[in-house]
Amino acid sequence: MATTAINQNVLIRPNVFSICLKETKYEFLKCLRLPMYSVSTIVFPIMFYVLFGLIMGRQNIGNISTTTYLIAAYGTFGVMGASLFGTAATLASERGFGWLEVKKATPMPPFAYFLAKVVMSMIFSATDVVLLLILGTAFGGVHLPAVVAAKLLLTLVAGSLPFCAMGLAIGYFAGPTSAPAFINVFYLPMSFCSGLWIPFMFLPKFIQKVAVVLPAFHLSQLALSLVGAGDGGSGKMHWEALIGFAMICLGIAWAGHQRAQKANG
Amino acid sequence: MATVQPFRVRSQSAEQIAATLNQVSKNYGAVQALKHFSLDIRAGELTAVLGPNGAGKTTAIKLLLGLARPTSGRVSVFGRDPTALQTHLRVGAMLQVGRVPESLRVREHIDLFSSYYPQPLPMKQTLGIAGLDDLRDRKFGELSGGQKQRVLFALAICGNPDLLFLDEPTVGLDVEARHLLWDEIRQLLSLGKTVVLTTHYLEEADALADRVVVISKGSMIAEGTPQEIKARTAGKTIRCVTRLGAAEVNALTGVVDVQDDRGTMVIHTSRPEDVLRELLNRDLNLSGIEVAGAGLEDAFLALTQEKSN
Repeated sequence: MATTAINQNVLIRPNVFSICLKETKYEFLKCLRLPMYSVSTIVFPIMFYVLFGLIMGRQNIGNISTTTYLIAAYGTFGVMGASLFGTAATLASERGFGWLEVKKATPMPPFAYFLAKVVMSMIFSATDVVLLLILGTAFGGVHLPAVVAAKLLLTLVAGSLPFCAMGLAIGYFAGPTSAPAFINVFYLPMSFCSGLWIPFMFLPKFIQKVAVVLPAFHLSQLALSLVGAGDGGSGKMHWEALIGFAMICLGIAWAGHQRAQKANG
Repeated sequence: MATVQPFRVRSQSAEQIAATLNQVSKNYGAVQALKHFSLDIRAGELTAVLGPNGAGKTTAIKLLLGLARPTSGRVSVFGRDPTALQTHLRVGAMLQVGRVPESLRVREHIDLFSSYYPQPLPMKQTLGIAGLDDLRDRKFGELSGGQKQRVLFALAICGNPDLLFLDEPTVGLDVEARHLLWDEIRQLLSLGKTVVLTTHYLEEADALADRVVVISKGSMIAEGTPQEIKARTAGKTIRCVTRLGAAEVNALTGVVDVQDDRGTMVIHTSRPEDVLRELLNRDLNLSGIEVAGAGLEDAFLALTQEKSN
């Protein structure tokens, strides 16, 4: 039949899993080719590590070497950056400039769009942590058992999810070009106050008190306790804090989504 | 894999309705973008929705795509709700977009969008129709304005949709790029697709459409074949300096409207030769004569006046 315009045959959507896979692949390629993303999320943590860990960090922090300590600290820093920029910056821009609408006009399952961003961010997060582990082991005298290294990787990558949620929340409220600035307003002070740049115990007391409400603090403590430099707080409590934070962010993202829907009626 | 529909004669199924807006109103806050607007999209035809900026064209497209919901009235596409998955699976759209991810290559964009549809066109055919054969490996950000529009066009057609929405596809393009895209749209029509195209170029509607719908301020003011619309709007503007009074000129056969522009009389007319002859007869000192084709603005003026009469 020539004309299918009035064809009422039910069409079957292609396998949703393969759509998600392709969406993720291209999300990854897209960000990999954007120096603003790939350089700032991979190169910055590595550069800090080389500078403050491998070159300047020849003493110990507490009872572990600075190079070991900083794998956990910059690992947390890198994971946060990869997650926040990978979700918020692209979502805000694609939403604000109408690209999301173009995709919504297709049969793409909407969750594939968000899943792709999250998985893409996790790949960058994992890359960050693996590179830090390799550098530390090869040049910084770090001797982490393979099991600990694997646990550290899994913890940081799983712990990136609350920051992906935070990124989605920012992405729904930030303007298309202001998102990176918006992210940095949270990202940089939170990194500092959570002890990711200066070891937590050296921070002023009042900052240490404030840090308890910051998700970056909880993730870094989980990472640090794996390498033997935690503050002794319970792991369960840190995970609960991260999950609670993720829930709040998802709630905000949902409100942003509803707001965007409402604007279109 | 994809089955390519054979060529066929257009308007063969002209009575079949692919999509409908029925008494649709759409408000954005205090702004009424569409007012009790009704439109039937006939299958196998190209319907051009013609109107100035802000007329409600894009709103109509968004309603048909399910991207916006009507404030009142009913929208249906292939007999279903426009937000239904079954609708999305057989619809393609080229929307006005501020920025497209620039670091992906042309073929990568097409590959991704093709994966959303059950029977996409083969990559080669999509590239061919959109004239992108030589550009397949280019990154989107490296393309010219016209080339970018062709990629968006490719993304709209790659899923082999039955119904295609093109929202101002040639806006901002130079003449050459515009004509290239027209050729591509014609190729698509020869495949039997139904196309809805919005434009503010009368010329574009004339070149492509089976049927033209003229809208202004959220309401339909005219509907017909391009020939019919043109006949109703094909006016000319005569400018001259004359001692004749506006009322006298307005009374001449074929004069639509008379205005004064700082001492120069501006006459809109459907019969410029007759009017000019009469003017010269009546005023031997007539000077500063200029005759120009009426722009779309004049056409709208004529149509709106025609409607209010």
